[in-house]
Amino acid sequence: MEALLAIIIGLQTAGGLYLVMRLRTFSVIIGTALLTYSVNLFLFASGRLAINMPPIYSKYAEGYTDPLPQALVLTAIVISFGMTAVVVLIALGAFLESDTDQIDVRRDPQDLDLDPDEVPLDVDSREPGLQEPKGDFAQ
Amino acid sequence: MTEQMNVTLALIAALPFVGALFPGLMIRAGRDACALSAGWATLSALILLLTLAPSVWDGETVVFQVEWMPLLGLNANFMLDGLGFLFGCMILGIGLLIILYARFYLSRDDPMGQFYTYLMLFQGAMLGIVLSDNILMMVVFWELTSLSSFLLIGYWKHTVAGRQGARMALTVTGLGGLALIGGMLLLGEAAGSYDLTEILQRREAIQDSPLYMPALLLILLGAFTKSAQFPFHFWLPHAMAAPTPVSAYLHSATMVKAGLFLMARLWPVLSGTDAWFYIVGTTGLVTMVIGAWIAIFKDDLKALLAYSTVSHLGLITMLLGFGTTAAATAAVLHIINHTIFKAALFMTAGIVDHEAHTRSIKRLGGLRHLMPITATLAIVTALSMAGIPLTNGFLSKELMLEEAAHTTWVSNPWIVPLFATIGAVLSATYAFRFIAHVFLGPVRHDYPSKPHDPPFGMYAAPALLAVLVMVVGVFPEATVGSFLQVVADSVTGQHLHLHELKLWHGFTPALGMSAAAIIGGLVLLSAYVPFEQFWKALPHPEAKAVFDAIVTTLHRGCGYFSNVLHDGRMTKYIAIFAVTTIAAGLYAFSSGPYLPGTRPMLTPTLVDYVGALLVISSTVAIINYHRSRLLVLVLIGINGLVVSIIFVRLSAPDLAMTQVTVEVVTLILMLLALHFLPKRTPRESSWNRIGRDMAISGAAGIAVAALAYALMTRDFSTISGYYLENAKPGGGGTNVVNVILVDFRGYDTFGEIIVLGIAALTIYALGEALMDGKASRTLANWVQHYPYSKDRHPLMMVVATRVMMPISLMVGVYIFLRGHNDPGGGFIAGLVVAIALLMQYMASGFSWASERIHIPYHSFIGWGVLVAGITGIGAWFAGQPFLTSAFGYVHIEPIEEFELATAMAFDLGVFLTVVGAVMLALYSLSRIARRTGETVNVAPMDFDPSAEDPLEEPR
Repeated sequence: MEALLAIIIGLQTAGGLYLVMRLRTFSVIIGTALLTYSVNLFLFASGRLAINMPPIYSKYAEGYTDPLPQALVLTAIVISFGMTAVVVLIALGAFLESDTDQIDVRRDPQDLDLDPDEVPLDVDSREPGLQEPKGDFAQ
Repeated sequence: MTEQMNVTLALIAALPFVGALFPGLMIRAGRDACALSAGWATLSALILLLTLAPSVWDGETVVFQVEWMPLLGLNANFMLDGLGFLFGCMILGIGLLIILYARFYLSRDDPMGQFYTYLMLFQGAMLGIVLSDNILMMVVFWELTSLSSFLLIGYWKHTVAGRQGARMALTVTGLGGLALIGGMLLLGEAAGSYDLTEILQRREAIQDSPLYMPALLLILLGAFTKSAQFPFHFWLPHAMAAPTPVSAYLHSATMVKAGLFLMARLWPVLSGTDAWFYIVGTTGLVTMVIGAWIAIFKDDLKALLAYSTVSHLGLITMLLGFGTTAAATAAVLHIINHTIFKAALFMTAGIVDHEAHTRSIKRLGGLRHLMPITATLAIVTALSMAGIPLTNGFLSKELMLEEAAHTTWVSNPWIVPLFATIGAVLSATYAFRFIAHVFLGPVRHDYPSKPHDPPFGMYAAPALLAVLVMVVGVFPEATVGSFLQVVADSVTGQHLHLHELKLWHGFTPALGMSAAAIIGGLVLLSAYVPFEQFWKALPHPEAKAVFDAIVTTLHRGCGYFSNVLHDGRMTKYIAIFAVTTIAAGLYAFSSGPYLPGTRPMLTPTLVDYVGALLVISSTVAIINYHRSRLLVLVLIGINGLVVSIIFVRLSAPDLAMTQVTVEVVTLILMLLALHFLPKRTPRESSWNRIGRDMAISGAAGIAVAALAYALMTRDFSTISGYYLENAKPGGGGTNVVNVILVDFRGYDTFGEIIVLGIAALTIYALGEALMDGKASRTLANWVQHYPYSKDRHPLMMVVATRVMMPISLMVGVYIFLRGHNDPGGGFIAGLVVAIALLMQYMASGFSWASERIHIPYHSFIGWGVLVAGITGIGAWFAGQPFLTSAFGYVHIEPIEEFELATAMAFDLGVFLTVVGAVMLALYSLSRIARRTGETVNVAPMDFDPSAEDPLEEPR
């Protein structure tokens, strides 16, 4: 069980960090969301794992798990919501103000071209999900 | 030395700051009122100080101590001995005269309230330096003088010279102040105490300490920059851009004397070593000669006086540097004398400037016929500056020459006397020039303004000082003898047997040097024209140009440095940060012994494997499909839901409930935002870059996984047992997590909800900012590329959410009420209620819903924080600390006995804040949507099923 949780935490961290290092705001937001999960799980795991031992008094309880990390993580979850909401709005505002959702600042704000070392590849057609709409959808 | 506690001391230190309040507020009451209110505070402080004179004369040290942070050695301790008394008298006495003089000097256009406020602030800071017993507090006041002098020097904000001079003074003295902080900390370390009274007793310990040398250098750096010693002297002449009252105050009695005060104060513990003699003595000697040399050729009256001040400060520094008690006594005497004649000279220079509308010596001359009173005052005080017998300047200059005559410098007995005599010659020259070229000679007819003597108020102050110059000069022993004894004793820390001060010492080397100085001065002045030609032929390194070049270079260097490190590429910073952290962790791991964990592990069941598989596959899918943004939102939702299931499985029901509700709210917000963002992320990273990022994040993932695994498989003791034992007896609840949140760690939670509230208000403000400017235009011209559903508010959803609304609210209330004893509480209940409201907005549209909810969400946040705060404050009335909770059990028929706890009121605050924050965030996003001209539905549904043609738009 411990190993499983450790793998989950590690994977979420890796995925979160990878996305945070992408070049667009939305990826970064998703990345921070993933990082939030992993950090919360990590903090929670610092109280060690226990099954069927919630920290709620009961006549039938055999024992209780550590309540302190739970209390800390609970507020962390709520605060991370607040933080995510702020970041989402900042990203939205930045996109509306600058017409681009790129993360890195260009030397010349007018120059929206990519860096020389960032060779753009063609959009991969393998990717599923939303495609650009085809046809006339004028309302 | 005996000590005497006296609260008067604190009062004296506080009075100038109290006095600083009034002039700024009273400017509408008129200029006299301003001057009076400042003068009143200064006079009161001076009188209080004089009441302490008997104790000081008895050799007592008056102290007043308030413990502030005793563990850090930072106490508000004040002390007053002879030296402090001398400086206190100078600061307050000259301050009083300056206040009087400035009232007449400043014109109607100058904001006088501001002036007196700055002046009193400065006065308070200076007084703080000289009365502080704690050296850290002294440093604080020291910095305060730098800041307030910046305001004073730059008082005429409209002049470029004023602004630049102020900035230069702040830079130089501020940097010195930084060095001084370091020096004082080292000194305190070496002495083992931060209290001066203690430090002054520990000379041997300090001088034997390896910290002595660095401490000495740093402290001297602070003192030299403040006292304008070569090569830091250049800021002082530029500070002359200030109004003359400021120059007279800062450069005669106060600011520049602070450095001298510091050297005199620490003289008993720092002086007497070779390092002290060579650094301080030589710097003083060089400064004295260079200052006097430049002063001769300055045509600006104030510049002449400024360089003369530099020269005299050098003289005093040199005397302190000699390290003998006799030299220190001479230094003290010259501090007194210089203050008196220099303040008067600055004021007379100001009068000339004020009346003749020029300060250029080249345009003046013959003023003795036009302004006889001013001329008399100026001549008397300038003669004192030159060191002519029967003035006070003569006394200390004689003593200085006497000391110089007996000083050997690197086994050479001639160097110091020679340069001291040269300095005396030069200073006699500029003093004579000041007299001859301004006041003597024929009357001219081309003054910019017809000069005449000013009103009495303006010359009263310099006249008083000129009288003092004469009285002290003629009857030295009777006037300043005993005072000098007291001050010299406190500077040297021993009882001295001083020779009587007298005019005639017989034929001594000093008399010869003095005579040579006067004759040399007269000779040089008579040959002034060729002498000036010679000066003009010499190269003149312009200190300001050098200073500006240094500042520009530093500025460029810093700019380059931060441009390289901080080039706006966040991805780079994150990569650097991650690699550094992993490397640090690896180093820490490899440098310690490793023991495998011993804690028994739990066996996973099939459910656990399924859950893990779900998280793993959704995370991998997120990375793989991260360009498809809508898909990613679905995947991250899966991830978050499984995380909440993990919480349930591992005995954390509260966390699970919070996670589920937060997940829902977050996803809704992200969906709303995605509406205005590109729906896909372009592929723009090269494969190299992807490989690099994969490697970094993979390493970080492995590191974190290993760390988490290591943590989970080891036992260690925590403080959690306390919470488990005391939740019921201490907090009155059986849900330990909730009791911790609202009771044991209520302060944390209080902070959290404030942060959450601030975050929501920030979101609101950001949304508000987008309603203006470019973003607003982008939104107004928004073209929607994707087709909207014709049925934006489906009937089924509308009906379902409305039916569910009361039920959801009920659930919210239930979760809130049971929170103290079962999973639930304010956070979760708040989120549940927020979701219930959100559902209404989503199903029926924003305007339909907001027409029916009239409460602004800002006030939810405000009330929430207020309720939580008031609950916490309530504990004060029971004599308990903030946020101590109380609880009791109530029994009302026919309900079962139930518990009431103040923690519940606190939880209510949490609840309100959470609801307000979530809804305010949503409100901000929906406002952006409406800005795009999105049609707003008025009816609850887009379709009216009862109409004959349901597809027709509702009216």
